[in-house]
Amino acid sequence: MAATFFGEVVKAPCRAGTEEEEEEEEEGRRETPEDREVRRQLARKREVRLLRRQTKTSLEVSLLEKYPCSKFIIAIGNNAVAFLSSFVMNSGVWEEVGFAKLWNEWCRTTDTTHLSPAEAFCIFYHLKSNPSVFGSCTRKNTQVTILTCRHVTDYKTSESTGSLPAPFLKALKTQNFKDPACCSLLEQPNIVHDLPAAVLSYCQVWKIPAILYLCYTDVMKLDLITVEAFKPILSSRSLKSLVKNIPQSTEILKKLMTTNEVQSNIYT
Amino acid sequence: MFVPCGESVPDLTGFTLLMPAVSVGNVGQLAIDLIISTLNMSKIGYFYTDCLVPMVGNNPYATGEENSTELSINAEVYSLPSRRLVALQLRSIFIKYKTKPFCEKLLSWVKGSNCARVIVLSSSHSYQRNDLQLRSTPFRYLLTPSMQINVQNKMKSLNWEEMEKSPCIPEINDSEFCVRIPGGGITKALYDESCSKEIQMAVLLKFVSEGDNIPDALGLVEYLNEWLQIIKPHSEDPTVPSLRWKMPSSWRLLFGSGLPPALF
Repeated sequence: MAATFFGEVVKAPCRAGTEEEEEEEEEGRRETPEDREVRRQLARKREVRLLRRQTKTSLEVSLLEKYPCSKFIIAIGNNAVAFLSSFVMNSGVWEEVGFAKLWNEWCRTTDTTHLSPAEAFCIFYHLKSNPSVFGSCTRKNTQVTILTCRHVTDYKTSESTGSLPAPFLKALKTQNFKDPACCSLLEQPNIVHDLPAAVLSYCQVWKIPAILYLCYTDVMKLDLITVEAFKPILSSRSLKSLVKNIPQSTEILKKLMTTNEVQSNIYT
Repeated sequence: MFVPCGESVPDLTGFTLLMPAVSVGNVGQLAIDLIISTLNMSKIGYFYTDCLVPMVGNNPYATGEENSTELSINAEVYSLPSRRLVALQLRSIFIKYKTKPFCEKLLSWVKGSNCARVIVLSSSHSYQRNDLQLRSTPFRYLLTPSMQINVQNKMKSLNWEEMEKSPCIPEINDSEFCVRIPGGGITKALYDESCSKEIQMAVLLKFVSEGDNIPDALGLVEYLNEWLQIIKPHSEDPTVPSLRWKMPSSWRLLFGSGLPPALF
């Protein structure tokens, strides 16, 4: 509870997220078998499913078993995806091998079964022309690279965030990742959460070499300067061999930007 | 599930497990941070679970360049074999509906690893205290029946106050009385499960409000120290608690970045 300047007492949200637990506890007491069954059905609907591209049938085995690879690169967010598309995937032939579908109560579609490929927000590609990148290796030999962006105000520093030279790159790597990072490591007390953290946690626990490159930016929508801030990683051991033509990449990137800009008008 | 850092699973037979409940003011978690940092406990493994929001960061207990780049995740296990202590630190909040599965997985790990006892550090909303609680110490303890047999006398000699029962449904006059820990997160669920599974568990909590909860965390570790004597008890050493417990480097900037000078 907290009092405001006007003398009203309001229920302030608890930092530890415990209000929901108390509601949950009460709900648990009032829950009927029907409620539990509804919740179970919802949980099943929320499962993430991996599907083969052409046939849209489920992948029976894990993606990395079917397409074993030594380098697994994940881009999360529009700027990271734009960087990967322009600078890495413009060279060689990349084949779509699958996509992920998921549904939860916040999705605008009603269910996953009729989700068209165009609506898929997670697509897997593999490099067709370069077998050395995707040789047959066990999971232990796979190296994972994750790219994502965060708003600069999330970065904690003793100076004010307004004085920071955004965009800038920071890295976090697992214990088994022995190569040097292409930028400085993320200092305490900064943390990362959500999907990039989930992937990095998995890699840390199961001793997979992995590195997360995090771009702190003040522009969260698709932005040329933010995408170019990822450029230092092109000299890393994992990406060096995949990058062929940087001037061409810059052109592709500029085209991507203009496609997106056309949609905006003076009111946005 | 517990995943060791090294190749083999460490033997925790007879150890005391210290763990926080994610509760109001995050006091339990701050207290565990103080314990791990002061005793320089080493990381022995991860409690890998999908019940907590994922998070990663570099070593929160870093003391210098050489140890500042070890990655930490949201649930990790540390130990100090010389004192037979093991600590579980939780660094993020629970995902909705996942508290019960977490309690079950945790307690089954506790039983499987043969820990002697579990001590949960927690907190409860100070605004929910009744008149008697307002006038007494803000610290409380709670013991499962199997723990009571062993330590009830110690609690009496320490003059500690047991957590009082209150009406289960406050709005109803003739409601039954039970132990309620508002703002305590999974504390009550863990306690109830431990009672039914006959696990030796003690809950130590403080009534707090959200804000700068570092003094509350210091208070809670001092309270625990009266019992376990993790560091020298203060009757022999008159220094202020904040000087005897080492705050981890990750406690910097707890309230955000620096302010823009232009603001003033």
